[in-house]
Amino acid sequence: MNATLNAVTAFINTEADMLDFQDYQAWLDLWDEDGSYVVPIDTETEDYANSLNFAYDNATMRRLRVNRLISGEAVSTQTTPKTVRAPSRFRILSDADGVVTVRCAQLLSENRHGNLRTYPSDVTYKLRREGEGFRMVEKVVRLLNADHHLSSIGYIL
Amino acid sequence: MTENHTCRRNVPDVDITGLVQEDRVHSTLYSDPTIFQAELDKVFNNTWVWVGHESEVPDTGSYKTAHIGKQPVIVSRDRKGEIHVLLNRCRHRAATVCEGKRGKTRSFVCPYHGWGYALDGELRAIPKADEYDGVLEKQDFPLVRVRHETYNGMIFATLKADMIPLTDFLGGAKKWMDLFMKQGGGYPIKVLGDHRFRFPGNWKIQLENTTDAYHFPVVHKSFVSSLDAQTSQVFDFLDGDGFVEDLGNGHSVMVMIPELVDLEDNLDAPIPDRFKDFAAELAKEGKDEAEIKRLVRAVGGSGFNLNLFPNVACSMAFFRVLRPISVEETEIHHVAIGGDGAPAAFNQLRMRLHEHFQGPMGFGTPDDAEAWERVQKGSYAGPDEWILVNRGQSKLKTSADGNVAGAVCSETGMRAAYRKYLAMMTA
Ligand code: FES
Ligand SMILES: [Fe+2]
Repeated sequence: MNATLNAVTAFINTEADMLDFQDYQAWLDLWDEDGSYVVPIDTETEDYANSLNFAYDNATMRRLRVNRLISGEAVSTQTTPKTVRAPSRFRILSDADGVVTVRCAQLLSENRHGNLRTYPSDVTYKLRREGEGFRMVEKVVRLLNADHHLSSIGYIL
Repeated sequence: MTENHTCRRNVPDVDITGLVQEDRVHSTLYSDPTIFQAELDKVFNNTWVWVGHESEVPDTGSYKTAHIGKQPVIVSRDRKGEIHVLLNRCRHRAATVCEGKRGKTRSFVCPYHGWGYALDGELRAIPKADEYDGVLEKQDFPLVRVRHETYNGMIFATLKADMIPLTDFLGGAKKWMDLFMKQGGGYPIKVLGDHRFRFPGNWKIQLENTTDAYHFPVVHKSFVSSLDAQTSQVFDFLDGDGFVEDLGNGHSVMVMIPELVDLEDNLDAPIPDRFKDFAAELAKEGKDEAEIKRLVRAVGGSGFNLNLFPNVACSMAFFRVLRPISVEETEIHHVAIGGDGAPAAFNQLRMRLHEHFQGPMGFGTPDDAEAWERVQKGSYAGPDEWILVNRGQSKLKTSADGNVAGAVCSETGMRAAYRKYLAMMTA
């Protein structure tokens, strides 16, 4: 169990680093082709398809989202050039049939127009074992303030 | 006990005459706190304000919270199926009796000393009531009821006792609301959820934006780039036959895609490529050809934005609601809608399309919010600068309905809103 916890922690830390340093192609490559990236509004639901979410991306939408971030066409992505996120509090919820489900806390800070803002969230990953590493099957970001108003977010949580 | 319940505050004496002209408005309208204070009273507390859609309170005990300007209200449905709009304020010492966006309850119980109110606002229970003997009668202290009327499922409330009937207030906008509600694809419109976000800027910046087609290809370039060729052509409307029409009372409609004005027209048209998968899914669910065509035509929404002064728009495929927070802060709700009882695939696709553009993580909204924030910041520059709303002013026409109309990317709708705004602020 300890080895698994170390392995998923290392994987998630690397993923966080890719997003903070905008290594988006590498980030896309972490995904299973059928994987879903979800930022729900209703933090209780698991029926994302039949709910309105902030983001609910399949592979195509993930690619489009990355394209938008790197194209330079979206003015909102230019005023938040940098995020700093710190995943922590890792706990393995299940490990069966080659898929590890792990939950962690994520504290993400952005600096937009000189205003420092923080988005705390609980993040649950479903990671499929592949060779020595993992592929992301699901990443669900449950923002602490999902049920209230946000500000605009010009990056990937 | 005949006190005045309408919460009249000390309204600052502001005279905005001269700050709103036909072709321009003064920058201080975005940043002067005394003007904002006056707007709450003279605009928001003085007209019909959108508070919800009937589908948000479907059953006995359903409620939602909303605001009239800064005043919190509850929209509830009682045991008889009737809708009420109630000030969200305990009659004892003012605590809100209801929190959260929406839900279901049997009653509203104040958390402070436990006064209990029925769904229609009646005060039913007072703990340790004997100390009120000869002091207070329960029937005199219901939650304050706010006058409300509905049109085509939209619930509006007003704090102005002698406000004209809702249908008169909506006037020329009713025709467009009827057209807009056809996007249920044969099913009644149902709210599916909403995106909420705030931006650091004045509420009128957002009011202008819903009737601003001019910004679309600039601000939303990255959204258009994310579309397939066929869809991006649909959104290339600035040189098309669209128009903006002044509907009176501050309302306006901006038609961007004329062929999507009436979603019950043209039902024989072939299914566009981008909806082929969706059509196949409906066929798998056993839907017949006629229904498939109707649902395909409705799924992307209407080809226009209807701006209803002061706080709601029927914007292509969703309701856009604004809530003034302070002179420099505004909350926006993008309310996703679908068909009540429609096939799951229909409502799912509508929610996916909504997520694609709208909300704080959409491909469109963050860029709008960035532009609005920049408007607010820039508006502090200069000692005496103006916001121009004169675009298309020399090329006005008369519409088929006899209204003033301009090109799709004209600022006709903004002028309509500001004309009504001026009249209310100087009344
Ligand atoms: S404030 Fe509500 S019971 Fe006292
Ligand atoms: Fe926009």
